[in-house]
Amino acid sequence: MSWDDDWLSGEDEEDLEVAASFRPVPGGAAAFFEQAQAGVIRYLVSQIAELVSADSTAADLGVDSGDLEAQLGLSSHAQLPDDPVLARLLPDGYSDDPEASAEFRRYTEETLRSGKIASAQTVLSSLPPGGGQVRLSEPECQQWLRALNDVRLALSVRLGITDENEDMSDRLSEDDPRAAYVWVYQWLAYLQESLVEALA
Amino acid sequence: MGVAPVEVEQPTTGQDAALDAPWVTVVWNDPVNLMNYVTYVFQKVFGYPKAKAEKLMLDVHHKGKAVVSSGTREAMERDAETLHGYGLWATVSHAS
Repeated sequence: MSWDDDWLSGEDEEDLEVAASFRPVPGGAAAFFEQAQAGVIRYLVSQIAELVSADSTAADLGVDSGDLEAQLGLSSHAQLPDDPVLARLLPDGYSDDPEASAEFRRYTEETLRSGKIASAQTVLSSLPPGGGQVRLSEPECQQWLRALNDVRLALSVRLGITDENEDMSDRLSEDDPRAAYVWVYQWLAYLQESLVEALA
Repeated sequence: MGVAPVEVEQPTTGQDAALDAPWVTVVWNDPVNLMNYVTYVFQKVFGYPKAKAEKLMLDVHHKGKAVVSSGTREAMERDAETLHGYGLWATVSHAS
């Protein structure tokens, strides 16, 4: 994920200060998003989709290439990804058995990747770029929960969050481009929590 | 890795009845996943009642990890795969 974008500045930041949250509605949940809020979520969710599709087996080999592995949905990857964000999104299935982990990854990683892409796409198709009232069905809520969680996992790695009680804004200097994301990370936690509550 | 010293409750559904099953799914603590989200995922994935899901969530939170299901290796790999889909950090291990 890149940190040098200038979309999170000036008036946009003021918009973000009015934190959007979900409320329960019959059959799902609803929330109102300012344009800047919609922009932040759409941007981050797109980044996740790009990241997990970038080096997927299907993308590497081309699903149309006739490659059997790709057609069967098997991953050609046997190891934990080098990128720490990808490693968190696509974790090992065994903590003490690299061989079993490799086999697990071969059979599950492509499905996991496409699931994450599908969640991101649900968010992108249900959240208008200009913001506004968003009403989600229960299945859409499920996808939103996963997508918001993926974004928070990715942000936590980039921000170096290792302690849930640590106030990151104390650790990052003001001119650190990541500083703006600390607030976004916290807001997305609040948003995700409200969505879980709306479904309860 | 040994199995976390999790207090196993009496099964309330048939899904976790295989207490002496040879394989377990372990969920590990992380600073990101929200407590209410983890509880929600345990309810959703395993059909556990809220009280049991909450207890497991707190075990993960306080003890660093918890056994959330047990059974055949294949079933545990399915559980781990499902939990990865929700962004939880889950691994399969042999109950020894």
